[in-house]
Amino acid sequence: MKIVLLSGSNVGSKTRIAMDQVKQTLTEKNPEHEVSLLDLKEYKMEFSDGRNYLDYKGDTGYVVTQLMAADVIIIGSPIFQASIPASLKNIFDLLPQNALLNKTVSMVITAGSPKHFLIAEQQLKPILGYMKANVVQNYVFIEEIDFFQGKIINDDVLFRIEKLVEDTIILAATYQQILAEHEDQYGF
Amino acid sequence: MENKNFLPTFDPSKGMEFGIYTLGDHLADPHTKKRISAKQRLDEIVEMAKLAEQAGLDVITVGESHQDYFVTQAHSVLLAAIAQATEKIKISSGATIISTSDPVRVFEDFATIDLLSGGRMEVVAGRASRVGLFELLGYDLQDYEELFEEKFELLLQINQKEYVTWKGKFRAPLNEAHIIPRPLKGHLPIWRAVGGSLESAARAGRLGVPMYQAHLGGPAVVFKRAIDIYREYAQASGFDAKTLPVATAGFFYAADTTQQALAEYYPHINEGMKKTNGQGFPKQSFAHSQDKTSIINVGTADQIIEKLLYQHEMFGQQRYIAQLDFGGVPFNKIMKNIDIIGNKILPAIKKYTAK
Repeated sequence: MKIVLLSGSNVGSKTRIAMDQVKQTLTEKNPEHEVSLLDLKEYKMEFSDGRNYLDYKGDTGYVVTQLMAADVIIIGSPIFQASIPASLKNIFDLLPQNALLNKTVSMVITAGSPKHFLIAEQQLKPILGYMKANVVQNYVFIEEIDFFQGKIINDDVLFRIEKLVEDTIILAATYQQILAEHEDQYGF
Repeated sequence: MENKNFLPTFDPSKGMEFGIYTLGDHLADPHTKKRISAKQRLDEIVEMAKLAEQAGLDVITVGESHQDYFVTQAHSVLLAAIAQATEKIKISSGATIISTSDPVRVFEDFATIDLLSGGRMEVVAGRASRVGLFELLGYDLQDYEELFEEKFELLLQINQKEYVTWKGKFRAPLNEAHIIPRPLKGHLPIWRAVGGSLESAARAGRLGVPMYQAHLGGPAVVFKRAIDIYREYAQASGFDAKTLPVATAGFFYAADTTQQALAEYYPHINEGMKKTNGQGFPKQSFAHSQDKTSIINVGTADQIIEKLLYQHEMFGQQRYIAQLDFGGVPFNKIMKNIDIIGNKILPAIKKYTAK
């Protein structure tokens, strides 16, 4: 499977640290998959202006094309002002309406406060649902205090990331298999 | 209110008109993975028009596209070639992207084809679904809607009057400009292409121009809403909605059995949509299209006849236009489709829709 890890923030370092950890876990446990990490901080993204995603050029075109080609997307996002960052929302706006159809999507959230725990539940999941994603229901929520000097220092978080990676692969593999069996029944 | 637009005429005693359209996509045949040359594709479109004429179809439509995997950048040139190769079939653009063209040149080109073809030319003006042509031709995408509205209205004005005085934002002003040649009957039928936008359907109604509606998939009833809105707005703007023609267009594929039609056509749609639109066509949606109420006209001749009559009863449209060459459909299958239309579908549709 083609797995894209999307670090959805232009600000700060914690989301990227968490996504590096996700990538390390994935490549250790599931080396058979094609894994790439897109950190929006490293790309010059245009704002969506409504055009078909194929009509964007440069970094914007590259990022959206990678996401559209993925079977699995793991989104990393901080919480700003009690919401997802604009950089991540822009990604959703750049993609077509049913962009996540038949894709399995899971989430890793970093936040400065435990008060933000339900933001992903109430703001990110509805977007993924609208875009037809097959969503891994549980997400990893990491607080500021779990990081120290560029590393995750809370063992519990590491276990939760490991579980999220496993759950994501299980759901994606199962879904792909069932979908393929179902589509074979159409007979065309 | 008197409608100053020149409307195409339809003879209800002959039933609903039936045509075919091509966007001129130039894609590999997904069954063989081979792509024919651009020359062969263009030649085959002309050939397809000749076959359509021989089979008794009413109209052949060619759209303009400026992106990868297409050969119809100069669609008016191709339409001129079709005009030369045929004698009686109506010739239509569909769609001409008026937003990024000069309406004066568009009118000059199509009026010329109209004269050469003995008055068979029609124009369908659209806004484009893919927008690479804005940059290619030097326009700003921010002006997407405004460009279309201004240029479309200028095109309508040129069609109404031989001498035009006009001032706008996106083109040099015209001062009693003499726009010639004039078409054989003095005017061309000019349609407005409408995709999924209800607002665009409403605007077509307000201007009192015929509406050309293209469909991808879904239940037919979804598309009725735009047609209803079009007629409501036409009526509210002082036009007689009953005099305004509607054409509908969409995916079409006929074969001897349903299963054969689905198996042969699905890869063309799925792979073709991926290349031209960025997303494949979900197999589940395509499987659902076997239902009578679906807008996708794929199946046996009898199934398609039933679907078309269902759609005609719902839409009351004057013309249906089939897209049967999308996604690298090989020419022998195009021939077979036109054959099935001519021998089975067309006679039944004409018979049951004639009033």
